[in-house]
Amino acid sequence: MMQPRQTRATPPQCSGREVAGDKMEVDEVVRLPRLSRVAVCGGTHGNELSGVYLVRELLKGRKQVMEEEERPPSVLTVLANPRAVQQCRRYIDTDLNRCFTHAALKGPSSGPVPYETTRSRELNAALGPKGSPGAVELVCDLHNTTANMGLCLIAYSDCDWICLHIFRHLQRKMPDVPMRYIHFDVSNKESYSLDSVGKHGFAMEIGPQPHGVVRSDVYAAMKAGVQHMLDWVCFFNSGSTFEGEYVDVFTMIKHIDYPRDGETRNITAAIHPQLQDRDFCLLHPEDPLFQTFSGETLRYKGSEALYPFFINECAYYEKGIALSLARKRRVMVPAIRVQTEREEEEEEEEE
Amino acid sequence: MEHVCFCPLSRFAICGGTHGNEMSGVYMVREMQKQKVDQMGSVSITSILSNPPAVDACRRYMGTDLNRCFTDALLSGATTDDTPYELRRARELNAQLGPKGSPEAVDLLCDIHNTTANMGLCLIFYSFDWIALHIYKYIQSKMTSAPVRAICLNEPSSEAYSLESIGKHGISIEVGPQPTGVVRADIFNMAKEAVDLSLEWLHTFNSGSTFEGGEVEAYTPVRSVDYPRDPTTGEITAAIHPQLQDNDFNILRPGDPVFQFFSGETVKHEGEDLYPLFVNECAYYEKKVAFQLTKKITVTLPSVGVKKD
Repeated sequence: MMQPRQTRATPPQCSGREVAGDKMEVDEVVRLPRLSRVAVCGGTHGNELSGVYLVRELLKGRKQVMEEEERPPSVLTVLANPRAVQQCRRYIDTDLNRCFTHAALKGPSSGPVPYETTRSRELNAALGPKGSPGAVELVCDLHNTTANMGLCLIAYSDCDWICLHIFRHLQRKMPDVPMRYIHFDVSNKESYSLDSVGKHGFAMEIGPQPHGVVRSDVYAAMKAGVQHMLDWVCFFNSGSTFEGEYVDVFTMIKHIDYPRDGETRNITAAIHPQLQDRDFCLLHPEDPLFQTFSGETLRYKGSEALYPFFINECAYYEKGIALSLARKRRVMVPAIRVQTEREEEEEEEEE
Repeated sequence: MEHVCFCPLSRFAICGGTHGNEMSGVYMVREMQKQKVDQMGSVSITSILSNPPAVDACRRYMGTDLNRCFTDALLSGATTDDTPYELRRARELNAQLGPKGSPEAVDLLCDIHNTTANMGLCLIFYSFDWIALHIYKYIQSKMTSAPVRAICLNEPSSEAYSLESIGKHGISIEVGPQPTGVVRADIFNMAKEAVDLSLEWLHTFNSGSTFEGGEVEAYTPVRSVDYPRDPTTGEITAAIHPQLQDNDFNILRPGDPVFQFFSGETVKHEGEDLYPLFVNECAYYEKKVAFQLTKKITVTLPSVGVKKD
């Protein structure tokens, strides 16, 4: 299986902490392969509208520039779940963004197949196959959340230097937008979302926005985020060096479900008013967590102060998640530059 | 000053989940049923989940919008195998809480709704219903957690299409902003406070108090405005402009921006000064309404009290 290609000095399965130690010299520049193809995907959830309308705008724009010389990267614009988009629903049969594990992509071919399973395999063929040399270099999957999360890049790795440098670039270019990097510590084999199909990938999640609604401010932030990302990829491909720096990374630790009625499984409390909208504000033991519909306060009983996010995300009620909790840590991101053609050839010979 | 007397208002119905994904009402009714709330002083209380299958599916409706099924014409039609679920359900609710226009109808019906628009707490009712307007005046004087406004619709009773028109008096309690499918504690608490104050008013009314008249402000609909759309696909091509977004009830003047195309240009308001509301309500995209425009009016209320034998 393909690991993200990096120079020998950096071990493939690293954690940020190891890199900050003595395995790497401070001024070493990591050489990474060029990013020839970028996929921008919207409508993976059919009612998360910023991405739907942005992809439609980009597709319109591309019709107009088709005669122009295509310089790298080539950008694929994809409406991931057209049937769900048409009905303005999250999904038709099953959540598309959980259909990209290796098992789900291969899966048994007999019997009735949910629409999204068929679709995930089509997307995997078009943008992947996941884990192969043919996969696109970068997948950016556009999402909205009802939680007050600002702009978040969500990735499976805390040592994918491409993703982390893109994040820092967005932060510098969009200083008025609260921005965070969220890391889900899930192995490549178990990674389940569309962005895992590319050699590099992340979800760009922006909120708060109700599902089925498009807000100008959120749309504008997503449009700017995608544009700055594509600009960065051009700079990277043309040989710029991006200096090393520290990035704060939020690593998901656990989820907390709503209190529920034993029989009906209906929720019996809402997120407490003092927690609502306070994504990424540290939650301490004994802080208010829920307010029951009869007015009682329920408190956070964990022993560790953690950072909450996805607070009161609409789509997560059915997944049993009222909020997620993360630890924050500082990751040292090394300087990076694109590999020259000769460096690419040398590496291929080594493999 | 004029004084109007009404019979005691002793039967109160509270409905939630008329739209299955507007969650304040769903959880309020569930809580009331769990606590077996059926009486408050002189007032008997019926709590009803209006559209149970839509609530289970967390959708606005299954076949058709339940809250458009209560015109006299629709209620009196024949139920066949082809009748959509919501039309059947409307007729059931009419039998249970009405019939609309008859002496058996409940005295006050409050129907709890949410909106994605930044409307705070709104009480919506048909024509100049003194009871509803007095309850509005009372709630406005007592509630500090959100702005409280009244919207008076213009339809005659036979054309009134929403659930609360079944009651002798009816109020739709609309609270926002809240995304569909989500329950926010602050919004829930606002809706609950409005219901509790309504019950308090009824009880106080029934025990013989006079509620003084006076002037109140309300909003009445003038027209609605749709999104700019692609003529071929029908898809919207612009979003509510950032200067209008979240500014429900702030006066809109000619030249003020209303839409921003996805490509960046601005569309401006034309015509008279009006008050926008339901700005960027999720469920109205399909009804071709980006926002509604209203005018502000002043209503002079008579004092009211219960008829004494």
